[in-house]
Amino acid sequence: MSLASQSITSLRSQLTNGDITPSDILDSLAQAIDTTNGNVGAYLTHDLESAKLEANTADLSKPLGGIPIAIKDNINVLGQPCTCASKFLAGGYTAPYDATVIAQLRSAGAIPFGRTNMDEFAMGSATESSALGQTTNPHDITRAPGGSSGGSAAAVAAHSAIAALGSDTGGSIRQPASHCGVVGLKPSYGRVSRYGLVAFSSSLDQIGPITQNVADSALLLNAISGHDPADSTSLQDNTPDFTEGLDRGVAGMKLGLPKEYFAEGIDPDVRKSVDASIAKLEAAGAELVEISLPHTDYAVATYYIIAPAEAASNLSRFDGVRYGNRAEQPEDILDLYRRSRAEGFGSEVKRRIILGTYVLSSGYYDAYYGRAQKVRTLIRQDFDNAYEQVDAILSPVSPSAAPLLGAHKDNPLQQYLADIYTISANLAGICGISVPCAPITSDTGTKLPVGLQILGPHMGEKKLLQIAYAAENT
Amino acid sequence: MSKENIDVRYVADLARLDLSDQETETFQGQLESIIGYINKLKDVDIEGIEPIALSTPVSHGLREDTSQSNLGQADLLQNAPDSTKGQIRVPKVVDA
Repeated sequence: MSLASQSITSLRSQLTNGDITPSDILDSLAQAIDTTNGNVGAYLTHDLESAKLEANTADLSKPLGGIPIAIKDNINVLGQPCTCASKFLAGGYTAPYDATVIAQLRSAGAIPFGRTNMDEFAMGSATESSALGQTTNPHDITRAPGGSSGGSAAAVAAHSAIAALGSDTGGSIRQPASHCGVVGLKPSYGRVSRYGLVAFSSSLDQIGPITQNVADSALLLNAISGHDPADSTSLQDNTPDFTEGLDRGVAGMKLGLPKEYFAEGIDPDVRKSVDASIAKLEAAGAELVEISLPHTDYAVATYYIIAPAEAASNLSRFDGVRYGNRAEQPEDILDLYRRSRAEGFGSEVKRRIILGTYVLSSGYYDAYYGRAQKVRTLIRQDFDNAYEQVDAILSPVSPSAAPLLGAHKDNPLQQYLADIYTISANLAGICGISVPCAPITSDTGTKLPVGLQILGPHMGEKKLLQIAYAAENT
Repeated sequence: MSKENIDVRYVADLARLDLSDQETETFQGQLESIIGYINKLKDVDIEGIEPIALSTPVSHGLREDTSQSNLGQADLLQNAPDSTKGQIRVPKVVDA
């Protein structure tokens, strides 16, 4: 078994025993990237030389000492490009600082290694809006890896990353993890600093780990959690040791099944696979409770008002002045803005900027953005009420397994509707994780992964990870 | 599903974004169906419901008033497409 295909836990014991060095792991990863990247395209860039320099001085006594971590290309790593998979930033931006999560990883001994592909500015759910290359699903390269953190999920699934960081605004960690058969955690809003994450939708974005297993997810969450003075939305909350007591089991826990999530529209094979995982948790001693999240039907509409509104505002900083693309020979400053943006942004980004600008514009603000903020309150209240009855909520991550490449190319609304199970967690600020269930068989005979989603209350990651561990190991 | 009128070119102009004729036409149709869909929020009873901009409270604590090191001028200018004498250069924005 190559080093590149092993978990953090396994590599850590070999590192501390002196059987291997961090440099050995990097060599194994570089080889795996060479072998897989032609087909899978998970990585945009990687810099082996500079990672090796860091490996030489890695402190193996630290919790992640000597472990390389792949980084989604919307998180700033000092001295590296950070393209957001956009032409706007490709070739025109080098990060002048480390994001807080990167500084935290470094102080835990980890080595940021490699930049993973994504939907442009994290807008999309198939990694197909990337302007810088296609990523495919390692389980079936005719299919998409999911998105927007598709490169991170595909890298871990293809054994070309030990673990990776992604970001999740409406499911962008959980859904690609589900489609690629790995573990993806979206922390509670405020658990992890967003400083140095290129902002898409600031009230929804969270950085989180994509890993081979739940124990590794807990290890990474330990490293990246905590208050950051540079992010006023990161919370002053004591960070527990998420690795402690992972194996406590689910006996006596109440797990909610939202009737709205299991109503219709789920692929029958996906349903069967998710039901089997749920049955195993019941057999392990959990009590299943039917619950209701009555505003579920409005979640997608609410999200596709709030997220584009915030995106339109956040992406106004990409104006061709301070970094990134600048149009040649502008007539005046307005021409510079308009053409720099037109040249630099792809279709999905333009579409969302226009939608966001529309819902914020005079005469429409109250009808759309103002109303969506109130429905957001109702969606959060649905979850508050649910967590008075249950410890966590179970559902599919996505109504179907990984789609064929290009499946939603001309119909963005159809793609948005597939976000139904994941986006509410971002609107409500709660935590969620995707854990692999039994794979299903596609019509061409390939095995496609399916994910079980577990949603926990705000700052409820400790118990969430225990349930995920039980789902993984029973 | 109801269709909603959006003047894509006008809104793109508000967003300082040039669009080709082809883009305008494609987005027009796509955004009409998306807006038709999000109009379903009009069915929700929001009487007396407080809006939220963030799902969690923000920590408004003030930091100590001490100087901190931050990025220097050279770090900030390294990504500028055009700079001179420690400044970012842009087309003229005011008439003399």
